[in-house]
Amino acid sequence: MTLAAAAAHSAHSGFLSPTGIEIAFVLVGIATLGAALVTVTTKQLVHAALWLVVALGGLAVEYLLLTAEFIAWVQVLIYVGSVVVLLLFGLMLTKAPIGRSPDADSGNRWAALGVAVAAAGALVWVVVDAFRTTWIDLDGPAQGSTEVTGTFLFRHWVLPFEALSVLLLAALVGAIVLSRKRSKEQS
Amino acid sequence: MTTTTLAVLVPLLPFLGAAAGLLLGRTAPGYVRPLAVLPTLAAFVLAVVVASDQGGGRAIDAATRLTPTGSVPIDLALHLDGFAVLVAVLVGLVATCVQIYSTAYLRDDPRYPSYAALVSLFTAAMLLVVYSGDLMVLLVGWEIMGICSYFLVGHYWETPEARAASLKAFLVTKLGDVPFLIGLFALAADTGTFRITGILGAVANGGLDHPTVVALLLLAGVAGKSAQFPLHTWLPDAMAGPTPVSALIHAATMVAAGIYFVARLLPVFAQSGAALVVLAVMAAITMIGSGLAALAQDDIKRVLAYSTIGQLGYMAGALAVGDRGAAVFHLLSHGAFKAVLFLAAGVVIHAAGTNSLAAMSRMGGLAKRIPDAYWTMTVALLALAAIPPFAGFFSKEAVLVAAEHTALGDRHVAPVAAGWTVLVAGLLAAVLTAAYATRLWLLAFRGRGTEVPDHGRQPVAMTAVLWVLAVPTIAFGLTVGAITDWFDGHSLTPSVTTAVLSTGVGLVGGLLTYGAWRHTSALAARTPVGTVVAHPEAEPALVEAEAMTHHTAGYGDTPGTPDPADPGRLLLGPLHRHAATGFHLDALYTTLFVRPVQAAASLVRFLDREVVDTYVRGSGTGARWLGTAVRRAQTGNVQTYLSALLAGSLVLAIAAVVFANVNAGS
Amino acid sequence: MHLAYPAVLAALLFCTGLYGVLARRNAILVLMSVELMLNAVNLNLVAFDVWLRDTLHSGQALTLFTIAIAAAEIGIGLAIVLAVHRNRGSSDVDRLRDTAETDAAETLPGDEADEIHGTEDQATAPAGKAKKAEATA
Repeated sequence: MTLAAAAAHSAHSGFLSPTGIEIAFVLVGIATLGAALVTVTTKQLVHAALWLVVALGGLAVEYLLLTAEFIAWVQVLIYVGSVVVLLLFGLMLTKAPIGRSPDADSGNRWAALGVAVAAAGALVWVVVDAFRTTWIDLDGPAQGSTEVTGTFLFRHWVLPFEALSVLLLAALVGAIVLSRKRSKEQS
Repeated sequence: MTTTTLAVLVPLLPFLGAAAGLLLGRTAPGYVRPLAVLPTLAAFVLAVVVASDQGGGRAIDAATRLTPTGSVPIDLALHLDGFAVLVAVLVGLVATCVQIYSTAYLRDDPRYPSYAALVSLFTAAMLLVVYSGDLMVLLVGWEIMGICSYFLVGHYWETPEARAASLKAFLVTKLGDVPFLIGLFALAADTGTFRITGILGAVANGGLDHPTVVALLLLAGVAGKSAQFPLHTWLPDAMAGPTPVSALIHAATMVAAGIYFVARLLPVFAQSGAALVVLAVMAAITMIGSGLAALAQDDIKRVLAYSTIGQLGYMAGALAVGDRGAAVFHLLSHGAFKAVLFLAAGVVIHAAGTNSLAAMSRMGGLAKRIPDAYWTMTVALLALAAIPPFAGFFSKEAVLVAAEHTALGDRHVAPVAAGWTVLVAGLLAAVLTAAYATRLWLLAFRGRGTEVPDHGRQPVAMTAVLWVLAVPTIAFGLTVGAITDWFDGHSLTPSVTTAVLSTGVGLVGGLLTYGAWRHTSALAARTPVGTVVAHPEAEPALVEAEAMTHHTAGYGDTPGTPDPADPGRLLLGPLHRHAATGFHLDALYTTLFVRPVQAAASLVRFLDREVVDTYVRGSGTGARWLGTAVRRAQTGNVQTYLSALLAGSLVLAIAAVVFANVNAGS
Repeated sequence: MHLAYPAVLAALLFCTGLYGVLARRNAILVLMSVELMLNAVNLNLVAFDVWLRDTLHSGQALTLFTIAIAAAEIGIGLAIVLAVHRNRGSSDVDRLRDTAETDAAETLPGDEADEIHGTEDQATAPAGKAKKAEATA
């Protein structure tokens, strides 16, 4: 049994003979990463928000490929549907310029680039070093279907879930307080 | 009360008097004089009682240990033998006389309270040295005397001479005290105790491993304290202090401490023939050199100072031939007549308004103005010149007899060489002593010229003590038969040979000086010299201070005065120039020690200012620059901060991973 | 599927977001980059949850919570950016430098003669004046 499992693992673990899911995952991942890179480098602010939509959507596809359906849809609903819309509203409310703005990057960009590249190198090195031979078995029942998610969420995680609703309420109140115009100061 | 209790009270009373005087000096000026005189007087009386109780018999020892101090115990111990009780009587007598004399001499001095308290403290310290049976306790008194002498010599600290002299006295005696302290420790290490009785017992059993080293180290301290060559140079300069201070400290007591110390520990020194020879040579150089120098001095007090050095040389010589009886005998008689000389010199300076012998030789009738000082000083000078039957004759004879016996091999305590050295030097010094005593007397009291102005009678407090002290000066020598029992027991009576010899050479010296004076005094009228102080009616101390200031202004440097009428100039011939400056020892010391020390000090100053301080300033400047640099980093830009933070944590994370891998691999 | 694929993708996405946070000038763009970083974490959580087949499904549950918290965070963040923009007239991160070490911070009360240098940024100028006002009071 163990021998067979080990043989199966070794059979699947070659990087030069990828499965179809892997190919799809890598392609979508490249698209996501490209969209993310454009997001953090583009000079046009609104384009950045729109490229963020692509990146978040790509991530939703990756969730699907990892058999986490429910999270994928939540990702689409909340991130693409609300967060990006909120960001766009924010851009509009702060009178962000439409079109290319030459000073989108601060003077800190080269230091930021250095830190980011170094961090990326270190993280990728460590992760690859650690999980080179680890295999995810995606066969069997989907682990993130809506049914499964509902079961564990409302069976095991009910209390944190309720607490989270309180947090959301607090955030709502806080956002209202912060963004309200103070009529006294204005007058 | 037992003898021990009385003996404890003797040093304690002046000490309490000093403490009370210092405390009450400002608030209750009326008590200062009684507080100065009465405890000292009581101490004197008690010392006499103790002496009569002890009676020259067996030594009385008493000790109490306050606390254990480690390997070598330190006791509060008394050791009362014949030497101790007699020296204590002398100290008490001189101190009492000086205190009484000072009440008149410094009657208007604003610093009299502290002065009197210091004199009392000094007396207490000397009595402690005399009575103490423990070397550590003795050292305490020894050092208190050093610091008191610093303060008292510098009493006229307004004058630069006094300041320099007090510093010099302190430093030179301290220079001797350092090897002295080491010697004490070496002695205690050899014998295992600081108690004098214990040390003498150990020496008698041959328990001393390095007698020469110990003796030479101790001799350095003795030379400093007792003003022996080559550490004598502080004593003539110390005459910048008030005259009673000179009488107390630099004639009768403090300088006697060194001689007394050697006398107490003579068996230790007798263990080492080399040390005795060194002491003999030291004494010989001191005797002859100081005699020559005294003959060339112009300041009356400096003449007396050099004579003190010379007489201390006699005592050191007596110790060098191993006869402490003779040494202490001479110490006692010298203490009496030298106190008379100094106190009378104070009166002379006050009456003449100058301390210059050249100026006095051009004044007439000084003897008539101050008959008390004239007569007592004459007696004391005769004693100094060792003319029979005065005290100095007998005591000096005792020294010479001891030297003669050693030289001829009758006594075996000391080497024969030491005996011959002391004998020859003693006889030569006898000529010189008689010569300068005669010169002093002739110049001071046989001057011709304008009459000395009349300042009225000298205060009774000043003249009375002269007569009190004149009594032992005249009569003390006659007790030579009785006093033998108080000392080691062997005879101190003069022998015919040395008596005739020394009296003969003394007379020769005196007559030579008289002849020279007859020859030169005619010149005196032709070269007027001399300035007299501006305020002759003021208190004596003030007159003296002014006289010292005028002396420097009027005649140039203190020791040498270009006076052709001086018989000393004729007698000394070409030597006079060198003798007047103390044979250039001060200049030599300046070249040998003072200049290098000053150069070293300036080097240290340079190092401190330019090198050490550079580092100090550099650390300050560095911190400032660092602060400026760090300030520049505070841009307020959150992104910069965050970048630095993340970069730092990244480095840490990579380091952690790398080290984990390395450790895992190894 | 190899675990390395989602893990490497998550690491790269995270560092992209890191670059954005450090390099972007506009505060809203910074918030976007933060979203990227959060999503990278989410991807990691999901991948490891699937790999480990956790019966409690902690990874997925935490992902859901993270998404909810991210939504709250973006709401609060935008509110703050709006408030800053309204007060300062700018939402540029590198111009909010009130904590900078300036010469004006060193002058003692009483050195009123020292005027603020004209070259100062428009965002810091009011802050400097406010500091002056405090010093006078």
